Amino acid sequence: MAPPQSEPSGAPQRRASALSQPQRAGREVSHAAQSSEAAATASKIDSKSTGPVNVPKPESKLSPPLNTTAKFEVRGLDFFYGANQALYNVSLDVPARSVTALIGPSGCGKSTFLRVLNRMNDIIEETRVTGTVLLDGIDIYDRRIDVVELRKRVGMVFQKSTPFPKSIFDNISFGPRLAGINGKARLAEIVETSLQRAALWSEVKDRLKESALALSGGQQQRLCIARALATNPDVLLMDEPASALDPASTARIEDLIFELKENYTIVIVTHNMQQAARVSDQTAFFYTGHLIEHGNTQQLFTKPKEQQTEDYITGRFG
Amino acid sequence: MNAARAPHDDANGGLTRRFTLSRAREQVIQFALLLCALVSIVTTVGIIFALVSESVVEMSGSGKAFFQEVSAVEFFTETEWSPNFAGAQQHFGILPLLVGTFMVAGVAAMFGLPIGILSAVYLSEYASPRVRSIIKPVLELLAGVPSVVYGYFALIFITPYVLEPIFEDVFGMEVEVFNVLSAGIVVGIMTLPTVCSMSEDALRAVPRSLREAGYALGSTKFDVSVKVVLPAAISGIVASFLLAVSRAVGETMAVAMAAGNTPSTAVSLLKGHQTMTGFIAQMSMGETPQGTIEYKSLYAVGLSLFVITLVMNIVSQQVMRRFREVYQ
Repeated sequence: MAPPQSEPSGAPQRRASALSQPQRAGREVSHAAQSSEAAATASKIDSKSTGPVNVPKPESKLSPPLNTTAKFEVRGLDFFYGANQALYNVSLDVPARSVTALIGPSGCGKSTFLRVLNRMNDIIEETRVTGTVLLDGIDIYDRRIDVVELRKRVGMVFQKSTPFPKSIFDNISFGPRLAGINGKARLAEIVETSLQRAALWSEVKDRLKESALALSGGQQQRLCIARALATNPDVLLMDEPASALDPASTARIEDLIFELKENYTIVIVTHNMQQAARVSDQTAFFYTGHLIEHGNTQQLFTKPKEQQTEDYITGRFG
Repeated sequence: MNAARAPHDDANGGLTRRFTLSRAREQVIQFALLLCALVSIVTTVGIIFALVSESVVEMSGSGKAFFQEVSAVEFFTETEWSPNFAGAQQHFGILPLLVGTFMVAGVAAMFGLPIGILSAVYLSEYASPRVRSIIKPVLELLAGVPSVVYGYFALIFITPYVLEPIFEDVFGMEVEVFNVLSAGIVVGIMTLPTVCSMSEDALRAVPRSLREAGYALGSTKFDVSVKVVLPAAISGIVASFLLAVSRAVGETMAVAMAAGNTPSTAVSLLKGHQTMTGFIAQMSMGETPQGTIEYKSLYAVGLSLFVITLVMNIVSQQVMRRFREVYQ
């Protein structure tokens, strides 16, 4: 079997190496599996009140947490689009209830990394992942993981606001309805709290039945945040959520991120280094698919350890 | 070419327009293209003129127009259509033809639309590129089958081998040789390529970001297809629906062969009916003497059909435009 190639040269081998991937992943999972803590962690997650989460029952095969305060633990992650490798051996912890910013020039793999965390790349054909990604100690790339349930717990907000061509109410209640919540009063309650958390309630409470497409760009983006919050996730992934917004709307989104981190773990991809410095607690710098440096935001921006990081944040390239 | 500037060639620093071969060629091409575009307009005007001149206003100078002999009230309220009879037996009520036409179109819609839209969902959301590359050409092959073949197929296959076993043997109902149901089914099959490819285009035009937003909220593939993509593509789907129905209304040969030529107001799918197009085909191929009222009735029916399909096409365009505005 051909090993994953680092240059986009192995097109004919693509299929063969894709086949070898499950074996690799399987080996890695069982490798780190002998602890009895696995059972404890998994059952803790099962009893969480976030709705009907279908994480499989622990059978001593799931990895134990490497670090109890981390929400995500990523170890040795490689990512491929077909024969092109987009991420190389990335290891990163994402602490709970804080904001982690991913920065780097275009094409450095930061968005790909973000989309690894809720397996959004699964819907792109010919992609594959090796390495381990643990969410609360559970390997989310395990074969038994229900991706639909995973995405309910790991919400996502995109660069371009993506309201559905439906009413504001129907946009917010989309996720809860998928989860089987149909009671009118219950849905209305979820819609209200979600909109309040996204700081949009006072602006739209009188026109919930109107089309979401009538909202301004900044409002649409907050609507998308509210819609993501309505499924009651633990984690919120944001892919350049403010890059298409004017400064006032950007400031509102940033304030919102600051408030949300009390209850949610937030990972945000941004092109804007000032934004990263303003909103995040930790920052990770990606360059050409490698995680160059990560750490405390203030430290990374004032005393970067790596020359490449310093060059990037001082604007020498990128 | 420009007379005002041409003499002072160098006054404009060499920018003066000059007659050149390539410019002349451009103009010839433009004119040729205009002529081609005019063909369709002239044809449409000519058809409208022909229909109106025999039915509403007499313009060819040969006696009266159809509606000058038969009142519009009679035409629309009378329940019998018997232009070939003589004297008091002759009736010109278009209702039976309308019943036949809309029953065929209705059956066609009930068969063609769900299958067409669901196959579009399959092709756009589920099928792998390979499967798609097989199914699509086969589906488009349906569009290339001549209408008369569909008529024959209804007559010798669908009626005796599908409808009769079901309705006669199971329910004990009589299935006539010519019946609306078989005609509707084949017209439904004929509309499949249109419905499917137009709906598929509409579905594929839904931005990927909307699909991803759906997945990010914990949707399954089916949830995304039905609750996100389908509603976002509704304008194209409705347009394909209306186009298909207007095609079904206008379909002639297959319907004339399968549904027969007995004008009837009976709302029964298993009986033969005559449709508007079926009547036109029958009369125009017969030996109806020019200038008679029967002959002119052809134009009255043709005009009605023209108006019906025109209205449906306009509505479908409006629907498309309106929904497009909603979600730009």
